[in-house]
This record gives sequence, C-alpha cells and structure tokens, in this order.
Amino acid sequence: MATKRRKVSPKRGSIRRENGSHTITVGVNGRKYTRPVEPRVLLVDFIRDELRLTGTHVGCDTSHCGACTVLLDGHSVKSCTMFAVQADGHEITTIEGLAQHGRLHPIQEAFKAHHGLQCGFCTPGVVLAALELLQVENAPSEDRIRTAISGNLCRCTGYQNIVDSVAAAGEMMRLGKG
Amino acid sequence: MQPHSFDYVRPQTLAKAIQVLSENGNRAKVLAGGQSLIPVLKLRLANPRVLVDINDLPGLAFIEERGEQLRIGALSRHRDFEQSKLIRGKYPIFSDVATVLGDPQVRNLGTIGGALAHADPASDWGTALLAFEAELIARGPNGARTIPVDRFFKDTFTTALRSSELLTEIRVPKSEPGDGGAYLKLKRKTGDFATIGVAVQLGLDAKRNLAGVRIGLAAVGSTPIRATGAEKALVGRKAGPTAFAEAAKLASEEARPSSDLRGSEEYKRAMIEVYTRRALETASARAGR
Amino acid sequence: MAQTMKVFGESVLRKEDDRFLTGRGSFVADMLPPGTVFAKFVRSPYAHARIRSINTAKARRLPGVLDVLTAQDLKDQVGDIITAWTIPNANLKTPAYPPLAREVVRYAGEAVAVVVAENPFVAEDARDLVEVEYDPLPVVTDVETATKKGGAPLHGDAPDNVAFKWTLAGGDVDKVFKEADVVVSQRFVNQRLQPTAMEPRAAIAQFEPGTRELTLHVTSQNPFVHRLILSIVLKYPEHLIRVIAPDVGGGFGSKIPVYPWEAIVCYLAMRLGRPVKWVEDRMENFVATTHGRDHVQYVDLAAKKDGTILGIKARVLANLGAYLSTAAPGVPTILFGFMVGGCYAIQAGRVEVTGVFTNTTPVDAYRGAGRPEALFLLERIVDILARKLKKDPADIRRKNFIPADKFPYATAMGLTYDSGNYPGTLNKALDKVGYEKLRKEQSEGRRNGRLMGIGLSTYVELCGLGPSAVVTSTGFAGGLWGASTVRLHPTGKATVYTGGHPHGQGEETTFAQIVAEELGLSVADIEVVHGDTKLTPYGQGTYGSRTGPVEGGSVALSARKVKDKARKIAAHLLEAREEDLEFADGKFVVKGSPKAAKTIQEIAWAAYMAGNMPKGVEPVLDATTFYDPTNFVFPFGCHVCVVDVDRETGQVKIRRYVAVDDVGNQINPMIVEGQIHGGVLQGLAQAMLEQSVYDENGNLLTNSLIEYLVPTALEAPRIETDSTVTPSPHNPLGVKGVGETGTIASSQAYVNAVCDAVGVDHIDMPITPEKVWRVLHTK
Repeated sequence: MATKRRKVSPKRGSIRRENGSHTITVGVNGRKYTRPVEPRVLLVDFIRDELRLTGTHVGCDTSHCGACTVLLDGHSVKSCTMFAVQADGHEITTIEGLAQHGRLHPIQEAFKAHHGLQCGFCTPGVVLAALELLQVENAPSEDRIRTAISGNLCRCTGYQNIVDSVAAAGEMMRLGKG
Repeated sequence: MQPHSFDYVRPQTLAKAIQVLSENGNRAKVLAGGQSLIPVLKLRLANPRVLVDINDLPGLAFIEERGEQLRIGALSRHRDFEQSKLIRGKYPIFSDVATVLGDPQVRNLGTIGGALAHADPASDWGTALLAFEAELIARGPNGARTIPVDRFFKDTFTTALRSSELLTEIRVPKSEPGDGGAYLKLKRKTGDFATIGVAVQLGLDAKRNLAGVRIGLAAVGSTPIRATGAEKALVGRKAGPTAFAEAAKLASEEARPSSDLRGSEEYKRAMIEVYTRRALETASARAGR
Repeated sequence: MAQTMKVFGESVLRKEDDRFLTGRGSFVADMLPPGTVFAKFVRSPYAHARIRSINTAKARRLPGVLDVLTAQDLKDQVGDIITAWTIPNANLKTPAYPPLAREVVRYAGEAVAVVVAENPFVAEDARDLVEVEYDPLPVVTDVETATKKGGAPLHGDAPDNVAFKWTLAGGDVDKVFKEADVVVSQRFVNQRLQPTAMEPRAAIAQFEPGTRELTLHVTSQNPFVHRLILSIVLKYPEHLIRVIAPDVGGGFGSKIPVYPWEAIVCYLAMRLGRPVKWVEDRMENFVATTHGRDHVQYVDLAAKKDGTILGIKARVLANLGAYLSTAAPGVPTILFGFMVGGCYAIQAGRVEVTGVFTNTTPVDAYRGAGRPEALFLLERIVDILARKLKKDPADIRRKNFIPADKFPYATAMGLTYDSGNYPGTLNKALDKVGYEKLRKEQSEGRRNGRLMGIGLSTYVELCGLGPSAVVTSTGFAGGLWGASTVRLHPTGKATVYTGGHPHGQGEETTFAQIVAEELGLSVADIEVVHGDTKLTPYGQGTYGSRTGPVEGGSVALSARKVKDKARKIAAHLLEAREEDLEFADGKFVVKGSPKAAKTIQEIAWAAYMAGNMPKGVEPVLDATTFYDPTNFVFPFGCHVCVVDVDRETGQVKIRRYVAVDDVGNQINPMIVEGQIHGGVLQGLAQAMLEQSVYDENGNLLTNSLIEYLVPTALEAPRIETDSTVTPSPHNPLGVKGVGETGTIASSQAYVNAVCDAVGVDHIDMPITPEKVWRVLHTK
C-alpha cells in the first residue's frame, strides 16, 4: 500500500515550463497558490520567501533537525529536502494552518499548557510531526510519541514537556475539546 | 544551502522516463524520495543537468505476494513497510529496517528503490535484501532485466544499474512457515547510519534444524556483504546457542570494517559478533518452531 | 504588606507562546525588507595557510552579483574584532582578529571574501567562482601539541601559542598536600562542543541615508554589546546604530560574541545602500560560530584517610581556537577557577590555566561557560577519592559539605557563597531515587554479572553576573548591572523595558509576574519589551544565568519605585497620610475605611492628567532602575543518575535521572523546571554523545548534524525533578539563576554512574559504547 496522495487541480503532469522555471499549483493551508518557480527552489524557501509564511524554519539544510517540517497530504516531511516543483498538485499544511478563526488547535493549547516550548524555533516542526501521529493514534505511548518526534531536534526543552504536551493533546483530541 | 541549476522533468509513463534517461546519460539523476539525493545536491557534491522525478510513474508502489514471491514496487516508501500488515506479520525483518532507518519524515518520503540505488555501504535495505537473495528488476530501453542483489552493489555508491535504467521492482522468495528474519542495527543515535548492521533470514524445519540461512552485514565493507562462511557453518545444524555463537564468530571474521567516527575496526568486528548472534536468536524465535 | 493576589511563584502560562505556536514568531531570517540583497562568505578549506592570491573576477562577472570584497577592500572601513574580557595579571596576548583573513588563514572556515548578490542562489553560485590560492602551513588543533616547542605558531606575538597564563590560589596548597594521607590524580579531557542553537545565526543590516541611522537585526543575546563593539569596529557613532535582536532561537552562549560577518554586513549596507541579509547554514554555523569547553585538565585532590578533603590543584590547558572571541579569555579563567572547590569546605586550592591558540574555530561561552568544566573535574575527582578510600560517594560528599549554618561562606578560592543547604538537596535526591535500595540491588546484581551504576553530582554554581566592581576588576569591559523601566500608561496597563534579552527563558512572562505581584496588575495587562537598543535602557543581555536575579531584581526595584510614587499620589488624592495607606489587590486603601481607596489604574490616570499632583511629585507613573547586585548568587543541588550497562556492547541506558535543585525563590516553577530539563539534557549530551572532532589537517569532521550528535527525544531520559528553597539573602526577590544549573550538574552524574557500573576510575566524555566496551574487555 503506497502513501495516499490527495491531489488538487491542476493535475500533476500538466506542469508548465518556460525559461527554466515551472508553474506549479500548490495547496497551502487550504488555499491554492499558482506560481512560477525555478526547479532548484526548495519547498521551504517557496513557503517562506514566496508565500511569506515564515513559521516554517530552516535549522540545518541537511534534513536532520526537522525545523522545516510541514505536512504533505497529511504526512510530515522535511521541506528543506524537497523541491517546490515536487509539491505541485499536493496539499501542504504549515504551522500557520492549525489555528482556526483565532482559536488554537488542541495541540497548540497543549504545548502552551505543558510548557512544551522555550525559544520557539523548533516548535512548528515538532508540532506538525506530532500532529501526524495524533491524527492516527490519539492515545500513543510515551515511546510512540518520542519516536514520532525523533526527526526533530530541540535544544531547549530536553523533550520532556514536549512529550507531555503531545500526550495531553491526544487526550484533548480524544475528548473532542478545543 | 542552494543547489546548482538543473532542469526538471516529471514523466508520466515509464517509457518516457527511460527515454529521458537514455537521452541524458550520466547527466541525469533520478529523483524518487530525494532523501539522499537532495542533501547531496544542496552540498553541490553532485551537479546533474536534469532531474527525472519518477514520483508520478504509475504502478511502482506496491507490496504484495504474487505466486512464490513477495513483490515490492521500487517507489514503496519506508513508511509503507512500517504500516503494512503483510510485512509485520510475515516479513518482520523489513519492519525492522523500516523502523530503524532515518526518522519519521525521512521514512515518509524515502523509497526502497532510492535507498538501493544510492548504494551506501551502510544501506539497511541492501543488507536486509542480501539476506533474502532478492532479485532486482531494472527496466531500460531494451526492456527488463533481473539483477541478483549480490551483483547489484558494485562499490560504494555504485550499482549495476546503467544510466538509462530505472530500478522498478524488488522480488524476494515468499515467507513460508518456519521462516524468520531480523535486522539489528547498531547506531550512535536515532537517524544515524549504521555503525554496523546484521540481517538474518533463516528457515527452520520441524526439528528446529536450520534448513537455510542467509546473513547480510552492513557498513563493514565497500558495499553491504554476505557472511557466507557463517551461513555455511549453520546449515543443517540445530538452531541454538552453540551454533549461533560459532557462526557469529565466523561472521565477525568475514567482516571488513574500517575505523571511523562511528567506531574502531576492532569494536565493529566485535559488535558484528554480538549482533549476529542476537539476530540469529531473534530470527529463530520469530521462525516460531 | 497585605497582598492577597499571588502571581509570583505561580506557574503562569507563557505570554510568548501563542506567537511561536502559530508560526508568528519574528526571527531574523524571517525578515525580508524590500530591496534586500544577500551576502555569502567564501571560507577557507585550510586550517592554516598563507593566501597567495584571491581572484574575484569570475564571480563579479556573474549576472546579479553586486559586490565581492576581500580584506583589502575592508581596510580602514571595518576594523579588527576586539575581545571584551582582557583578564589582568595573565600576560594576555591579543593578536589581530581581522574581519576577513589578511595574508593568513588560521582555521578552516575563516572567511576570506564576501559576495553580495540579488538573490541567495546567485550569491552561492558566485561564492563558488571566487578563486583563492593557498600555501598550506603546519596545523595544530590540540592544546598539548600547540604548546610544545617547535609547534606551529599562529600569531607572531604568541610564538609558543600561549595566549595567557592565569593563576588563582587560595589557602596554603603546598602545606595541605604535604599533610594529606592520600592524593588522587587524574587527567580529564573536557571535550570541545558545538553549541548548536536550533536557529542558525543571521543578520540584516539597513542604512537610512536621510538620518544616517544604521539598523542591524541580529541573532544576539546582548544587543547593546553588539552596538558598542560595532561602533568601535565600524568607527561609526554609537547613537546612530540601532541593534535589534528580535525573537532569537536559542543562544547557549554562541550568540553573545560579536562576529566579523555581522560588522561586514553593516558595512555592506552602508556601501550598497540596500538591506543586506546574511543567514548562515548549519555547516557554516559549525565552523564559524564559536565552540565551547575544550580543556585538558590535570587534577590532584588531597585528603585525609577519613575522607576529609584538604585541597585541590588543577593545571589546565584551555583551547581558545584561532582568535580571541568576545568573552573567550574570561570563560576558562574567571568563570572556571573560582568554582573548583564546589560545595566543599576545602582549605586550599590552586588553579593554573594556560590559554592556547590553535587552528580551530574560536572558543567562547557555551551553556555554563567554565562552571561545568570546574564542577565536572571536582565531582569526578571526589568520586575517584571515594573509590580509592572505599567509601560511599554520598558519605564523602556529606562529610565535606559546607555546613548549612555557615553561610554566607567565604571560600578558599575567594568567593562568598550567599546561602545554601547542601545536605538538604542531597538527602532529598537520595530519598527520591531510593539510594539504599539501589545500592543493595547493585551489589546483588554484580554477583550475577549485571552492571548497574549510580552517579551523584552535588554542585554549586556562581551566576547572576554580577557585581560591576567585581566583574570589571577581572578585566570585563562592561558593568553587569541590571536595567529596567516599568511604565504605567494612563489606562493602567504597563510596559516593562528590560536590559535582558530572553530567547527562550520566558522573561516576557516572569517579568510580568514580578510587576503584577508588586503592583497588583494582571499579567495580561503587562507587556515586556526587550532586544531593541532604541527602546530599552542600556542593558547587558541574557547569559550567565543573570537575567532572573539581576534584570529581574531591577524590574522588582522599578516596580517598587512606581508603587512608592503611586502611594504618594494616592495619599494626596485620598487626603490621607502615606503611612495610613495599605496596598492590596492593586488598591491603596485607607486603613479602617475600606471605601476610601484608589486603584493603581486610577492613580496612573491621575499621574498622566497631572492636574492634581502632590507637591514636588512629577507627572507620569514610571520608574527606571539600574541595579548593581552586591554579590553573585549561588544555586545548588544534587542530581542522581542510575544507569544499566550492556556488558557485551558497552551500551548504557539511563534508568532514572533525579534532579533536586535549589534556585532560591522561584518566580514560575513551570519555567524553572523547563530550564532544568533542557539544561540536564545538554549536559548529558556532552557526557553521552557530543564532541567536535578535527582531522590532522584541521578539518572539522563533525561539521553537520549527521556527525555532530545532538540527542533526539529517543536519547533523552525522563527527568524527575524536585526542589528545596533557600532564598538568596541579597537579591531583591530572593531568586538565584536557573538557566545553567542542569548543564553544570548533569555530565558528571552520568559519568560517575557509568564509572560506578563498570568499576573504573575514569572514562573521558563522550562515553561511547566503545569506550565502555574497552574497559570491560581489557580487564
């Protein structure tokens, strides 16, 4: 069974090319963006510099820190290790897409309630990686939580309050709060 | 960190992909999950003229038993193995690989085909597939050919694939009752490449005698290697501590590790022994006889 | 004072969290002013080489390239980088630290040229087109080789690569060593580390020709230090420079120093008239952002047979890297030497530190900065003594503690510890972990071949930097007082301006708590402003666990001044005497007439309208305080680590980690605990995983997060915390620092545990499974 990839129009493959740049259509946080991009533009730079959604951060460039984590069709990926052209036709969720109508998502509430962040730089990536887990499993064990965020480095928290935040978020989502 | 400029194509058919590869020869690179390739491009260690994104190619992502074989599409992502009930139930060695490789985000994008084509000496997949005597199917302008896995890895980062060929499928013998396998990886921390790794796939007969056993070793040579001496010493013997200890010792003698930041040659060799023994124990326990 | 609203001491949720959790933090790299151009640095692949030539022609020809500069172009424009800590009586050499290498490069990663282009891609393409020819010179990376005769000198004025020799002695060391029954000795390597704040460093400089104002947004822990040093380096008036450190993604010391590239970016902005942006990538961060630690220590401890410790000697070679970074000389001396006596009533001690230049990235402060290096050697050598005397490590500590009734306590090394109760934290930690039971399990397990170890670390930390007279006497170019303004607005809301610069420590919340407590305001009605030299009073920034005690102390004093002024106004408005007023819940009430009251908001309004002010009282309700503490603060505690060792592989698993800390009064226990968690993991990371490795050519092999092993959640243990509270007697809030305690405590707890498990005197950090395996397999 391959990872299911939900598509938004236009269909992949109809990608247009001119002067070395390609026109892509990407769904980001529910909104469609059609933009020309050079193939070598990384997804993270597209999100940050082109769409000016700067909550997705760059911490290492080599796919080892996870600060650039976004959800691609619901699955966490490192947007520094993917080209923007590859996201053509896909749906992306960034940290800016979680709070709805000014209300924090339960996972955001839980991170706040359990002091799951300090400097806040790694936080968006950690939250999205954890959210992928909670979408399929809302009472994960501590080991499952630690595994789910093991692609994200945090230098401030020692991870403990992150783990507790994720567990609490699972509970909130289970109870349908928030 | 920005790569050099390149052209990007995303063919919709296998034929088209092979055509683009044939036209560009060594100037083209295949982009599958990109988890090894993109960091290399960003570091400007490789500067291909064109990237051929194969993610739209139909029919390359599957994990299924067909006839006497387990067939795996090259675009299957590591995560697919983690989640597959078939794999968890009958091919736990692949579950082992898929849970110790990289990290969750890498596993969501990275593919088995990409990992094999990268041909890292520490390749977790390569090592596990050696223990299965897997067949790799490559397709090129002249059709498909089958490459046995132990002839696939030529050297560090070098495979038997021609520049016009695409790795499309991996086939391994179907798991039968009495078969069991395990992949154990020693690593410095989560997400690291193997310091060493040991893959064991074995079959036990009704008396717990070892009908067949194959052992793959990671990161102790220029490619993943087989511990054939250890395998021979085990066949026909009763599964148990004595046989396992002897075989583990042989495996450690067959290993050709070198000293680096992950450990000294001596330590790696010693760990091959420990991990081979432990992998044999786990595999035979999983064989369930 | 009657006070019913309790805010101080409560786990108030953080005000800063919402913006980070919604992706609306404002980090330097997030900014993109219109017209921004991008700088990239050409860095030397050689650790030591003479530059034969630099050819920038090809790079200049690339479309989109605006400028390519080398050292020659910077002459008379950007001066040499200066160190801010010129320690006295140490024969300190301060060789030139050029912004771009002149003639010679001295470490791999030193910048030799800068490229500016219209976009980052072109800048990087152009960087690859700059051609530099080098003639390699001999390379030294380790301190012992560097100081040997015939070693390769880096700087003409330090022919033996010695930057300084610094000695600190207290008591009669020779006498106590002569009288000792036992002397234990050990060589320790406190390895080099890469701080690895998750946010790489970044800078954006903008120049406004109309006002001639230069604005630098930069990843800094101390924007005023940046402004001061930049004004000297750029020879540009300090009042025309505005430094803003917005949200900063962790520092751990590595964002204290002023780096050459920050000055160059400023110069480029003035030269080009465009905003110039530079963001380092991680590999650049690892070679061009300061490293930490890197000591080789020879330690001797003298004791009596009964375990009484008499004296300690430490001879240390401290690697400073190729140049003296901003605080570099003070870290392995002042912040290290005074603490080698730790929690113990040691009669005498001598510390000799040789600072050494090598062909490596400059070394500066890293979380704990000097104090982890001191407490590690002490807590390790005490365990070695216990092993030698066959005594329980807990007993030997207890026997030597400075007694709780002896504070303030003057140490042999020359400090006065403010307050402490060391047996208190030790006992609490041992109870929590179940020490007796574990020891029993351990001896039973050993008979069955099981390897379990228990490691103790009882530490005390010097922090809350610091009294200005003391720190300036050590050669530090800056008083370390705290600065704050507390300003009530007409509607009774408040803004706090602080000289600290929190970057994860949560002072936007804790400082609001301080003011809320003092003035009876709601935390929600208080905004804490920091990090902008144009907005806040001149301040020293955040490092050395100083922000809570010193900047927080200042905030408390400002709030109290506001309250005093408010009392005058209230008395006037209520036609009462000041001493007849009571303050509670944000109101001044006339004693005995509860209806005669003025809220702090009403008083603020009156102070701004100012039509009815008491005689001699100025309008407006605000106050500014520059608080210079009378002493450092000395938090302390006991950490216990329990490990299980796999005999076959040498792998170590942490079974329990207990931390009992005393950081004085806690403003916000939730934040205190969070600081301890993070600090502990950073110290454990040094003990378990992290180290910088150079090859023989001076290339940093650990130049990516593949090879530099920062722990993930799966390597991190669960930390069981608890505390005792022994307030600092001299601090306005009774608080001590907490930012570094965990790091200072934890490394040796782990190493002690592993050594205890396998029965060996010492294993150098990081304790890889291979090192443990070697101990077990060579016995």
